[in-house]
Amino acid sequence: MAGILELTVAEAAAQIAATELSAEEYFDAWREAAAGDDLNAYLFHVEHPVDHQAMDGPLGGIPVAVKDIFCTEGTPTTAGSRILEGYRPPYTATAVRRLDAAGARVLGKTNMDEFAMGSSNENSAYGPVLNPWDRGRVPGGSSGGSAAAVAGGLAPCAIGTDTGGSIRQPASLCGIVGLKPTYGAISRYGMIAFASSLDQCGPFTRDVTDAALLLAAMEGRDPCDSTSVGIEGGILAPSREDLGGLRFGVPSDLAGAGFDAGVREVFEATLKWIEDLGGELAEVALPSAEHGISAYYVIAPAEASSNLARYDGVRYGVRAGGDGDLLQMYETTRSQGFGTEVKRRIMLGTYALSSGYYDAYYGQAQKVRTRIAEDFKAAFEKVDFVVTPTSPSVAFELGEKTADPLSMYLNDFFTVPMSLAGIPAISIPAGLAEPEGGGRQLPVGFQIAAPAFAEQKLLEASYALEQAIGFDAKPVGSDG
Amino acid sequence: MLHVARLARLKLTEDEVETMTGDLSGILEHVDRISNLDLEGVEPTSHVVALENVWRADEPRPSLPPEVALASAPEPQDGAFRVPSPQADA
Amino acid sequence: MAELEAVIGLEIHVQLATKTKMFCGCELSFGDEPNVHTCPVCLAHPGVLPVVNEQAILYALQIAAALGCEVAPRSIFHRKNYFYPDSPKAYQISQYDTPIAGAGRLGDVRIHRAHLEEDAAKMIHAGESGRIHGSSASLVDFNRGGTPLVEIVTEPDLRGAAEAAEWARLLRETVRQLGVSDVNMEEGSLRVDANVSVRPAGTETLGTKTELKNMNSFRFLQRGVEAELERQRRLIESGGEVEQETLHFDPQSGSLTSLRSKEEAHDYRYFPEPDLVAIAPTEEMARTARESLPELPAARIERYVGEGLARDVAAVLAADPETAAYFEQVSTDVSGVEPKVVANWVTGELAAALRAAGGGTAAESKVTPAALAELITLVARKTISHGSGKTVLAALVEEGGDAQVIVEREGLAMGDDDGDLESIVAAAIAADPAAAEQIKAGNGKAIGSIVGAVMRETSGRADGGDVNRLIRAQLGL
Ligand SMILES: [Mg+2]
Ligand SMILES: [Zn+2]
Repeated sequence: MAGILELTVAEAAAQIAATELSAEEYFDAWREAAAGDDLNAYLFHVEHPVDHQAMDGPLGGIPVAVKDIFCTEGTPTTAGSRILEGYRPPYTATAVRRLDAAGARVLGKTNMDEFAMGSSNENSAYGPVLNPWDRGRVPGGSSGGSAAAVAGGLAPCAIGTDTGGSIRQPASLCGIVGLKPTYGAISRYGMIAFASSLDQCGPFTRDVTDAALLLAAMEGRDPCDSTSVGIEGGILAPSREDLGGLRFGVPSDLAGAGFDAGVREVFEATLKWIEDLGGELAEVALPSAEHGISAYYVIAPAEASSNLARYDGVRYGVRAGGDGDLLQMYETTRSQGFGTEVKRRIMLGTYALSSGYYDAYYGQAQKVRTRIAEDFKAAFEKVDFVVTPTSPSVAFELGEKTADPLSMYLNDFFTVPMSLAGIPAISIPAGLAEPEGGGRQLPVGFQIAAPAFAEQKLLEASYALEQAIGFDAKPVGSDG
Repeated sequence: MLHVARLARLKLTEDEVETMTGDLSGILEHVDRISNLDLEGVEPTSHVVALENVWRADEPRPSLPPEVALASAPEPQDGAFRVPSPQADA
Repeated sequence: MAELEAVIGLEIHVQLATKTKMFCGCELSFGDEPNVHTCPVCLAHPGVLPVVNEQAILYALQIAAALGCEVAPRSIFHRKNYFYPDSPKAYQISQYDTPIAGAGRLGDVRIHRAHLEEDAAKMIHAGESGRIHGSSASLVDFNRGGTPLVEIVTEPDLRGAAEAAEWARLLRETVRQLGVSDVNMEEGSLRVDANVSVRPAGTETLGTKTELKNMNSFRFLQRGVEAELERQRRLIESGGEVEQETLHFDPQSGSLTSLRSKEEAHDYRYFPEPDLVAIAPTEEMARTARESLPELPAARIERYVGEGLARDVAAVLAADPETAAYFEQVSTDVSGVEPKVVANWVTGELAAALRAAGGGTAAESKVTPAALAELITLVARKTISHGSGKTVLAALVEEGGDAQVIVEREGLAMGDDDGDLESIVAAAIAADPAAAEQIKAGNGKAIGSIVGAVMRETSGRADGGDVNRLIRAQLGL
């Protein structure tokens, strides 16, 4: 049985298509594996027998773990929040429908930071997710459940969402591939909104080929999302084996950014691989990127404060204080339904939008955003890609940063600028490093960013690099 | 702090007000770095997609059956969503 | 103290008559069971996104063209954040600093702007009065939630309650003739709010204004504004100050109640709606909107005035396109008659005859434009008297048909021999010497009895004007 769980998605799909592998058997094997979840990665497991008849298509028979932020008709969807406990949406998100149309099936709904607010998955109302590499550490967030499920052998692949790093950072901390596509590549319809101008769906996979396969199935213009565009020409499986003629930009200000020595070592080793593969390294300037965190922590909470206003106990979800007057019902419902981090961001965002502060905060943050996008544009005139470490450190310990929200926010330093610019970025596992305080070796991710809608090129380069690095470390004890 | 909480329809406990005040002032101090940047004349970016005029034809699509529309309602009544009385101004 | 002048501006919400809602495909409806026209989008379920209804944009462009508004080359939507059960997302998608339509004008009133937004849901307040105060709970029906609205905001150019109601009627007629809304005030498809203030006549600065909400007929609009003007004048004259507030007018009692005061004013935390992209009407769209416009009441009034009609008569004819078309057909069919004479027949004699026969409009009546044109021509040529004309008109209203046929059947044609009429007049004067003396002494009214005698003698066929002229001539006046 362990054999079929070792297959990549591409391999399994090919075997199922060739009837060398039974879709039913494959799905059941994964259902069993997912049922053994000891990471708190899942909030909901599919139990009903899956219809194996209509599973034709490029992902025919492939089980997918879906972050609990995607609405799935009739299936619990909580976004990691108490306020949506028991909620079953009356419709299904476009990204999930597209996977379904490609033959894939939902395996379960994965744990996450409440409303995707967090970088450690400790903000879930349903308990933290554990990192399969070290159960005393966080898997990253906010899509921690999806990342841990794939890394921990509980799902062959997963989808999540990335607003400021929520796919790339947990992928990095869990030693798998995580891709945030260009804003507009995949429909946001049915993806519970955190920060609408930043949110983007993307895959978690064991390798780059699988990421391409999932992206190919999900991308596309959706009439239900006015900001969706799709990727012209679609996405094909990557095959490039060298990096000849490609230029990789390393931000010059990176030196000033605080990151772990172990992370730096892996990063530099990866730069070496790029050169070995024929790629060229160049320095690029992203002078406004240092303000990315500030701009992000204005824009995202501001939009969130508005997006989360609908959780008011009127039409769905949990209601509390319904015996009082309307104001009391609103306040009780929301105060009991939301966790601390969500309340903190709602407060921050409400403040930033309130009269008298808009220009200084939200208006200014949007201008910083323009500057950051211009920085990338200028950089991409010189280079094909911009590369950074994905996260300044390897997985940190549970509870290590919960008392200091600002230090948690600063963890998004490398991932936030790409989100603000709306460009695609991938994190691939590049090696292992010891945490600063010592301990077991943990995965380090390497981030590659590309111009908007250059996903195919990004996947080709990532594939070549992935083959060269040959990362094959696995979490200890993941095989049970 | 209380004014903002009221705008957001959050009722914070005294403890929450205290920790929240500390957290927010720390975060705002960091964020304040951008309020002093000279960005005169820079266009604000609301979102990054360069699209205009995206719309749909005025063609009816099926609505939800009423029992589905009300299925998640905390307090359905007579085919509608019941809410507590809005006092003079909630 | 100088006289206090009224300064009034209106905000009109027009529900657009699209098939579906502003941001989802649910059908628009009125009076259906609650919540049967709802979907995840208009119930604001988690994860949903709005998509703009193209027809709403086209209708808004037509309204902009009709009001002579500048169309913004690029406009965006904002979120207006506020908590209330009628607002499922807890924000209304509306336009804020870049509305689709800017400055314009209708009649004498300048338009400040017109923008697109979505309507709120309907709240049914349980409890005794149906008003918000004192009720124990409310039910929310989202059928109406998300209906496309165009909000039209005027400059404060109106100077009286009657004028405000009159202008609002013109606006309603204009929008109705565009075919973009049902403009039914009772059903709420046209809703008028008024911003009311007073200031010393001749001064320019604006006084503190109050906002009167949702008066659901023009009569209530006029009465509400009158009551508020009266209240403000009394307040200021007694040394008080007007406070900025929103008022609800109760037409039953004529009283005004405060809904919310300035202290509780909302902080709407507007910001650009990230789920939607900009609207940039193409030249093509703007031209289509302009070219699709029918001739609207204001333009028609001006054309009629140019043709010599009195402004009030022109306004009556122009208000309704069918009446206007009827009038114009009669004007084409008559020969040698001025449009203003035709207008007087349509708005005067014909309207009176229709009222006497139980009502109805000219266009719906049995009187064809051709028959009325013939009748007017017969009177103008003095083939029949004006009095006989009314008799023929009554018959036409009753049975339809042809004016000439009725004239012949009833024997109403005047003799074309003027000499004949002269001798009848002479006889009538001779028969009433007392009246003749009074007329000569300057008592104009005395002429009536002699005219009456001539009319009796001619069975009403004589023309009243001619008879008057002959009497005066024979008396040497
Ligand atoms: Mg409005
Ligand atoms: Zn709907």
